[in-house]
Amino acid sequence: MRFISRRDAVRLIGGTVLAGSGAAERSWATPAQDSAEIGRFTDGRTGEPGKIALDVPEIAENGNSVTLSFDIDHPMTPERHVTDVLIVAENNPSPRVATFRFTPMSGRATAATRIRLAGTQAVTVMAKTSDGKLLMAQRQVKVTVGGCGG
Amino acid sequence: MAEKPRIRIPKQAAKNEVVEIKTLIAHLMESGQRKDPSGRIVPRKIINRFACSFNGKPVFECELEPAIAANPYLQFSARVEESGVFSFSWTDDDGSVITAEEKITVV
Repeated sequence: MRFISRRDAVRLIGGTVLAGSGAAERSWATPAQDSAEIGRFTDGRTGEPGKIALDVPEIAENGNSVTLSFDIDHPMTPERHVTDVLIVAENNPSPRVATFRFTPMSGRATAATRIRLAGTQAVTVMAKTSDGKLLMAQRQVKVTVGGCGG
Repeated sequence: MAEKPRIRIPKQAAKNEVVEIKTLIAHLMESGQRKDPSGRIVPRKIINRFACSFNGKPVFECELEPAIAANPYLQFSARVEESGVFSFSWTDDDGSVITAEEKITVV
């Protein structure tokens, strides 16, 4: 299942210097950068619970692929709609998982994806609305085999 | 990224119906955390952005981090007000972009 492109093979064989410089630019964000990004999103606020239905398994057999979905109880009209949703996995090497940008044309602030969890931890979904509200939901996921290469 | 992305979307919708769209693209989503057999870190290479627009107007976008699982699956919704074309794009860290389109008819 694992394949390696010719370009990546050349990069590996070609020497650590080349691979090293590439890796430095595109590795995971540092915890400090991630905290800063998350802080910018929440603006220091705690989100209001109860409006985001967050669906993740209680126990994930494989941390490499954990299905996550959410559905937000909020209008999606041009006047009032969910604008951004941030998913955070607090114990991952880099806690930010994804940021979703919705528009009134989304029709509904709902999405699903599959994420990697490095170990048992809380997963948090935070949503911003066009009228300045912050919503949140959090669920604990027990991970039996961690994902993220470690 | 040689395979075509897979998209599940209805071919028809009622006016103003909110349809569900499912997308899947083959991609390793190399996190930058793994080590190769000789112990060196395998550099990060992921799809970092996905965007969907309809008749040229943005519907849904996301910024993806390495914590998105390999073969990224993204499901979302769209309100269909008129017939037209959905455009999808996936952007790799290396700048390359894969695109796809799906038509929908309002009945």
